Amino acid sequence: MPKNDWFAMVRTLGMVSLLSGVLIVMAYEGTAARIAWNKQQATEAAVFAVIPGAVQKATFAVGQDGFTRLENHDEKGPKVYAGFDASGTLLGVALEASAQGYQDTIRALYGYDPVKQCIIGMKVLENRETPGLGSKIVTSEEFLKNFGALNVSVNADGSALEHPIELSKRGMKPESWQIDGISGATVSSKAVARALNESAQRMAPLVKKHLDQFTVK
Amino acid sequence: MTIEQQKFSRGPSDLSTFLNGLWRENPVFVMVLGMCPVLAVTNAVVNAISMGLATTFVLVCSSALVAMLHNFIPKQVRIATYIVIIATFVTIVDYVIQAISLKIYGALGAYIQLIVVNCIILGRAEAFAGKNTVRKSILDAFGMSIGFTFALLCLASVREILGNGTLFCNTPFVIHLFGPHFEPWAIMLLPPGGFFVLAFWLLLFAWIRQRKTSKGTLTS
Repeated sequence: MPKNDWFAMVRTLGMVSLLSGVLIVMAYEGTAARIAWNKQQATEAAVFAVIPGAVQKATFAVGQDGFTRLENHDEKGPKVYAGFDASGTLLGVALEASAQGYQDTIRALYGYDPVKQCIIGMKVLENRETPGLGSKIVTSEEFLKNFGALNVSVNADGSALEHPIELSKRGMKPESWQIDGISGATVSSKAVARALNESAQRMAPLVKKHLDQFTVK
Repeated sequence: MTIEQQKFSRGPSDLSTFLNGLWRENPVFVMVLGMCPVLAVTNAVVNAISMGLATTFVLVCSSALVAMLHNFIPKQVRIATYIVIIATFVTIVDYVIQAISLKIYGALGAYIQLIVVNCIILGRAEAFAGKNTVRKSILDAFGMSIGFTFALLCLASVREILGNGTLFCNTPFVIHLFGPHFEPWAIMLLPPGGFFVLAFWLLLFAWIRQRKTSKGTLTS
């Protein structure tokens, strides 16, 4: 191969890669602020959806000995969101839950009211369930009604829930800690129950124990 | 000189370059290229429009740049160069869609990044933009993009109407076509529905083409 051919190839690829780098940096710089804002808006909307009446929110990191307030939203690690009303009274804590669904992991956010010891709202953030069947966990009003006041009382020694969150038996009236599943979407309904149970067993006692750490400012 | 080369040496008109991708060489219905996004993202009209716009941007920009640079690109590294150019514009589109709407970004998922390997784009760079002027390449890219977007819309509208009973869902302009007792054909939103609808459209377009050619032979 002649020498200038080799040079031409390196020159072309080098120049094109340089141009590519410059363009990507420009696009990144131009959109970064807006993307961060979008992500924050999305979390905020989800938090307010699962804590009815909340108008302010604060983010907390979960650590060994309770919760620490986060100012910077970009920090990694498990997070919880506290929702307050206009006067700064704690209305609930939004917690993340996830479990394996029919096709992929279902991720949900749910609101926990530590005073009433109830789940007061639930929103599926991510799912790949079958459209029209499993996807009803997102849209079915009947199903979402389960999460208006789902009993998640902590047991006497404060280590776990008194009753695990589970699906009610078919045809039986659900107990206050049971979820009435969707017929035709049993696997997906069960996955939601499992996700909430797994998370609430761990988090509800912790939130209840460190309730004073959730301050609006 | 082959027939193809003769055609190019005379040069087709701007209009016919533009219309080529719309109908005669429609990337989806005639060349059957880029099937991956065609089947994957056409379960809602809004996804099809977003994907069409994203592909249009990448195709037009990369065709223009390839046409500008084609005299400087040694032919041994042309594919590598094209891919770098295409990947650059895809990355830009990726950021822009995230900035516009995270919901659309979530719905399109990995298929935005996969525009890099959409064979329509590399195909146009190799078959057209690498041999033609910037002006012609941009016209060709626009024609192909509109043809591609049109095909996505053909599939998406049928799948969304039958599978969800709506048009333009997830937008402020959502139209509910049937009453509340409509039972959606969930299968239309699933991958098999994509194959069924694509098959029907391919059949329809093949039939139209065949009728046209048989009429042509009768009159000549």
